[in-house]
Amino acid sequence: MTMAFARIQWPERVLAGDVVKVRLLVQHPMDTGYLQDLLGKLVPRNVIQSLTCTWGQQEVFRVEPSSGISANPLFEFFVRADQTSEMHVEWTDDRGVKGSLRQMLPVLPKSSP
Amino acid sequence: MKWPTLTRREGLRQALRAGLYGAAVQLWPSQAQDMASGQLLSVAKMIEPLTQGARVLEQDVKWVAPVLADNGTLVPVTVQVQSPMTPQDHVTHVYLLSQRNPVTRMAVFHLGPWNGRAEVSTRLRLAGTQQVVALARLSNGEFRYGQMEIIVTESACVDAS
Repeated sequence: MTMAFARIQWPERVLAGDVVKVRLLVQHPMDTGYLQDLLGKLVPRNVIQSLTCTWGQQEVFRVEPSSGISANPLFEFFVRADQTSEMHVEWTDDRGVKGSLRQMLPVLPKSSP
Repeated sequence: MKWPTLTRREGLRQALRAGLYGAAVQLWPSQAQDMASGQLLSVAKMIEPLTQGARVLEQDVKWVAPVLADNGTLVPVTVQVQSPMTPQDHVTHVYLLSQRNPVTRMAVFHLGPWNGRAEVSTRLRLAGTQQVVALARLSNGEFRYGQMEIIVTESACVDAS
């Protein structure tokens, strides 16, 4: 079983009120179920069924990918930065393997230099 | 030791065989591109199961993607929707639809006013050259869509499907 692993990229300096791009990279094979392995056996489908990002209390992003998304999927989206909170990323794949990532995303107050 | 003598007739025959074999090898990827699953869906057929009769306009949705993607297994795309993203008027869903893939609905993104900007990026798998459609559902129940043709030289699923 592969290790569930993800990474978030967040700008260094974010002021409250900014609209910020979040880059999220998840390590996952995203097997389509159409390809064969070296012995000619079909590799069963195993894709991420649903991935949610909760920032503080608010669910800010949710994606339901299919086999049409590349292996090791990358998702980029925007959030309106409010205050420093913890981003909680959770995902589930076809095999029922759950992955999660928690990371503090710092936001500076509006009047900071 | 006796070497096999190559007559003119035999030589011609072998040359012809090599030529045919080469042609077959050349033909194979193009055959793989129009596989059984590769019927091209019309745009109406792709979006109708999602819109179900709601108002649909082809505007406000923009694709940023390579016109020619060398490798169908990894095509970076960005979809931008023109929307103020206020609690009254925002984008709730963005659907990425494929004309040719065995799975039409490639991804569904759920967005809201907290996003500030209706823009998402990801990396797609495409089974050959096709039109890709991004369908955005607005908070008032209407739909907007945009399409783009992406030329794929190497399909994402060559061996089966």
